[in-house]
Amino acid sequence: MIRFTHVSKQYARGGPALEDVTFHLNRGEFAFLTGPSGAGKSTILKLIYVSERPTSGEVRVDGRSSVTLSRREIPILRRRLGVVFQDFRLLPDRTAEQNVAFALEVTGAASSAIGPKVARVLTQVGLASKNTALPHELSGGELQRVAIARALVNDPLVLLADEPTGNLDERASRGIFQLLREINAAGTAVLMATHDLTLVRSTDFRTLEMNRGSMVYDSAASGPDAGPAAPAAITGDSVR
Amino acid sequence: MSLAFREAVRAFQRAPVLSALSITTIAFSLFAFGLFGLVALNLRTALQQVEERVEIRAFVAQGTAPEAVSAAAGDVAGFPEVLEVRLVTELEALERARRELGEFEDVFEEGILPASLEVRLKPGMSDPTTVGTVARRLESYDFVDDVRFGEEWVEKLYRLRTIASAAGIALGLTFALVAVIIIGSTIRMAVLARTSEIHIMRLVGATDGFIRAPFLIEGFLKGLLGGLLALGLTWFAFQIVGQFVVRAEYFTPAYAVAGVFIGALLGLIGSAVSVGRHLRRV
Repeated sequence: MIRFTHVSKQYARGGPALEDVTFHLNRGEFAFLTGPSGAGKSTILKLIYVSERPTSGEVRVDGRSSVTLSRREIPILRRRLGVVFQDFRLLPDRTAEQNVAFALEVTGAASSAIGPKVARVLTQVGLASKNTALPHELSGGELQRVAIARALVNDPLVLLADEPTGNLDERASRGIFQLLREINAAGTAVLMATHDLTLVRSTDFRTLEMNRGSMVYDSAASGPDAGPAAPAAITGDSVR
Repeated sequence: MSLAFREAVRAFQRAPVLSALSITTIAFSLFAFGLFGLVALNLRTALQQVEERVEIRAFVAQGTAPEAVSAAAGDVAGFPEVLEVRLVTELEALERARRELGEFEDVFEEGILPASLEVRLKPGMSDPTTVGTVARRLESYDFVDDVRFGEEWVEKLYRLRTIASAAGIALGLTFALVAVIIIGSTIRMAVLARTSEIHIMRLVGATDGFIRAPFLIEGFLKGLLGGLLALGLTWFAFQIVGQFVVRAEYFTPAYAVAGVFIGALLGLIGSAVSVGRHLRRV
């Protein structure tokens, strides 16, 4: 579903962000994308939702190639993806349900379909009772749940989560992670960029580790038990 | 479209002072445009009235048979440029002169003034070239002694009209440009103020056209409201001038609607240019 083939990315200002990255993510899969700050995790996500284009190589998402994808096709592709960020990116002057509905409205969804869909996803993320709350009335964990609901409302193939627990306390982080697991269990693929190695180690989900723009470890390539090939960060010998 | 309209209205609600300020600025720009328009309109009407009085006089040689002159008058009336032809006999010319110059009544004797053909041209046919052409055609009649049409006067009048039109167009374009720049700037601020919203719209798959629509509607509405306000200001100024300076002519309803529509159009153009440029940077 998502396939990177020898992808490199060089920003106009700054050094190379990605160098010769090759991997794929299957439909319904859950994978962590780990690595230190500046390793290229966010760049990988940006290339998937086409906020950036690769300098060389090819990114294929849901059958569409970065080589041939036109500007007009980008919005269509993005409707197949859900994206959440560390800073939630909600509209401050709109309620939780208005923020979620916004994602449907901009795609031209029928107004009769919007209400039930919004109610369904807000229930799914556990915020049905806070549908009329404004962002400043919600906690960090709740804000991230609204952001996840917004990402889910278009029934995406994959949920891209860029440090979704980065601004949350441990309890809220666990809650968000549990929610992402449930979403994945319902059939949506999840690619989650995170620093939180405790979280990564606590599960046996696939792990892709980035370092200085290169993919240095893929647990799927090394087998479920990464063994000696696994970097120290993943095995817990030291924390970066 | 309903969401785009809602977003445009929301933009007004979110920054009411800024919106009011930009509408007022646009209104004053269009007001200046409108005032000049009123001056141009009244000048044009005045010139038209003067032009309607442009007349060509062909003086008939003494001793010409009245039948020949009448026949020629019939010919001239058939010219495509001619509105009407009037035959003034020697006697009529004398009577008119005595009437108009009463104090010199005794000076005029019978037979001193020649008969003439007075030719009035159709509206829009009073330019120097047409007047000259008709005059030359009249000169070609054997019995015509002389043709007068105030050549210099016609040319001056026409030049004045051309200058007024050119100045009107130049000033109109300048004020239109000012309005476009003002609207463009306010839309630029709106785009920048809504950067995060635009990011979110893009993220969830909104097309560029969809993102652009509320800004275009906002620009259109600002131009429309600015145009209406300018129309009100122009009416107010017109009343004051009418009361204290000179009675003049106001815009016809069609012109007034066209003026407001121009405001809306300028708003649309200003926002289209601004959104196109700034959305790429957001």
